[in-house]
Amino acid sequence: MDALLAVRARGITKWFGNVVALDGVDLDVAQGRIHGLVGPNGAGKTTLLGLLLGLAVADSGSLEILGTPVGRALDAPDGVAGFVDGPGLYPSLTARQNLAALAALRGDDARSSAIDDALAQVGLTDVADERARGFSLGMRQRLGLAAALLTKPRLLVLDEPSNGLDPAGKKHVHGVLTRLAAEGASVVLSSHRMDDLEALCSDVTILATGRVVFSGPLSKLTAEEQELDYRVRTCDAHAARRLAAEVAGIRLVDGAGARHDARVLVVRAPAPALDELVVRLVQAGVAIRELSPVVSPLEAAFLALTEPEEAGR
Amino acid sequence: MTAPLPHTHTHARPDGAGTRRASVARGYRFELVKLVAQWRIRLLVLACWIAPAFFVAAVSQQSTLPVDTLFGRWMHATGWAGPLVMLGFAGTWALPLLTSVVAGDVFAAEDRLGTWRHLLVAVRSPRRIFAAKAFASLTVLLLLVAGLACSSAAGGVVAVGNQPLVGLDGHLLTPADAAVKVLLAWVCVLAPTLALAGIGLLGSVALGRSPMGLLLPVLVALAMQLAQMMPLPVAVRLALPSYAFIAWNGLFTGPAQLAPLLIGIGVSLAWAALATALAYLLFVRRDFTNLSHDGSGRRAVTVGVLPLVGLVAMTVAALTTSTTTTTTDTAAAADTNTAATTATGSGIGQAKVQSSVATAFAHLYRMQTEQLHRPAVTEAQLGATATCDKGSGQIAAQGPGNDWRCVVSWHLPGVQAVGQAIYQLDVTPDGRFMADGDGPKEVNGYFLVRTPQGDAPNPLWQFDGNVELLSTSKG
Repeated sequence: MDALLAVRARGITKWFGNVVALDGVDLDVAQGRIHGLVGPNGAGKTTLLGLLLGLAVADSGSLEILGTPVGRALDAPDGVAGFVDGPGLYPSLTARQNLAALAALRGDDARSSAIDDALAQVGLTDVADERARGFSLGMRQRLGLAAALLTKPRLLVLDEPSNGLDPAGKKHVHGVLTRLAAEGASVVLSSHRMDDLEALCSDVTILATGRVVFSGPLSKLTAEEQELDYRVRTCDAHAARRLAAEVAGIRLVDGAGARHDARVLVVRAPAPALDELVVRLVQAGVAIRELSPVVSPLEAAFLALTEPEEAGR
Repeated sequence: MTAPLPHTHTHARPDGAGTRRASVARGYRFELVKLVAQWRIRLLVLACWIAPAFFVAAVSQQSTLPVDTLFGRWMHATGWAGPLVMLGFAGTWALPLLTSVVAGDVFAAEDRLGTWRHLLVAVRSPRRIFAAKAFASLTVLLLLVAGLACSSAAGGVVAVGNQPLVGLDGHLLTPADAAVKVLLAWVCVLAPTLALAGIGLLGSVALGRSPMGLLLPVLVALAMQLAQMMPLPVAVRLALPSYAFIAWNGLFTGPAQLAPLLIGIGVSLAWAALATALAYLLFVRRDFTNLSHDGSGRRAVTVGVLPLVGLVAMTVAALTTSTTTTTTDTAAAADTNTAATTATGSGIGQAKVQSSVATAFAHLYRMQTEQLHRPAVTEAQLGATATCDKGSGQIAAQGPGNDWRCVVSWHLPGVQAVGQAIYQLDVTPDGRFMADGDGPKEVNGYFLVRTPQGDAPNPLWQFDGNVELLSTSKG
């Protein structure tokens, strides 16, 4: 067991009847890191998260969580918390009662200060005494996260935690996850929101039809030589277009990015060519007001790695 | 991309190593908190602790009493009849409904709310979750049953008074005896209630979100009640836990008819244990990663139903064997139709009916004598006997039916003439009967008797009784 790994999975296979949900999955999650899990619908993300939470056992393969091998029993080592398919809340209880009942159930210290702190971290202090029945999806997500925080997790497993979150809620959740990771806890989260994953995750695993098609640092997805589409907004679009045409390796793209704004140029280029374009624009006195990928590197990799799989079904 | 690694098999881990599971006690408190937080549970608790008192008090003040219900005709006479009327109603309707709402929903509620995974992550032991839920639902059920019993008893005693109760064989129970037996009767029906609760747990686990899971205890109870109304062999009747809902009747005879009561309780507890064990097995094998599958598969239903059917078959076989070997006792031997006394018959035979009617008549005659301030007479002095036939003697005198006719004869000390009174009997398949008098007006021909204090209900005009279906004790 690698002392720096919160999760170490090797060759995990899980069948549901005749359907293979996970097919020889390997996964390493480092301690103190936020690890993203992405994949098309039905790729096996929820199943994998369920294994981490102790909701199911693998049919074959080995799984170690927080240094403890996971056996056949339906349980997970202490220190693991989180939710899949949305948080489980009892609508007849208030937010505070939900947390207090959970803390009492786990035998944790159910001091009201700890509950208040968890509620404050996710921004639900104002509705602490309202019944969960009236909560929106975003509020339920945040309460589910607060419930997980109460257990002081060393591994937090979250399935689509950004669903239904407004900007303020998103800010709360991102802040909590970032702080947890900074304090040494590991976070595994699945999401279809690539911007969230890119903002939060240092590592990512892409699943397709139960298999891992990529696993590693997010930076590896944006290989230097990989071509991506970029939106370039400048003060002089005409000059920018002319300079871009002169740089080797850059292709101008007539796409949606420039459709509604004449000052926006969309170019397809590897990173070195893009660097060269920036240098030339600056030298030519053309101010760059925006430079961003049209499709995020993660999303581009996701599409590139999973679409063939889907097409091949 | 990650390099493929060779597959290895999962390690066995020492049970609980590295895992801090929630204890059953904590889970039990958690389940109670959730149950009590539900408005319908709160309303049920309130209703069970308040409504029976008002119901019994109100019915006791009516001029027309529910004479079709056992002990209903005595609601004017004593407050202890009220809780027994309520017990009859509870066994038919209230307890199956309560078990449906509580036990039938305790697992399905998690499916409905989508909270299984949350609960499993928090507790980390399906076994403990099952135990906590079973104990919590049992606690709430006991609270509800206790409410029904206490409330109806309080309503009866406050509205009518703490008077002696007439037993099913006509003998008078002192208020203290009546209170003890009423309490025992309610305790006895806990057994079939537990059986229904076990079925509720099984339905809740096996059928998940399906409304059938919630309704299962009610449907099973209804089916069993229908079965009890059919002319089934005694062994089959006693093999169903629903018989324990009426077997408490035997507490109110002298001597108490304990054999059917104990068998009913034993059968009910066996059903409760088996149904709960099946629910447990289905629950711990459930795959919680796939919430679209809530356990309502055909296999779950099959696994749940077949063992219970097997239990019925085994019980019938055991009762048939054991009761057949006891039919050589005196009561059975005296019966004119031996087939009726065995477990394969109806259990209702001529000798038993005659004995029950004569015994009840003698007790009630003595009671009437005291009402009318006639010279005291004992049952032994009366020497009451009954001669009963069925269908005007055209058919064999056995089995249930409303065509039983009994002629009761008795002697009064110092009087040469033999007194005679006629009764038409409606004997139900479960052994209960109502005798409707047709004789001398001053004995059983009129519903009132004129006492020095004024007109009073005539205890000999109509009375309830029961025939012990088994021949293992003297009825």
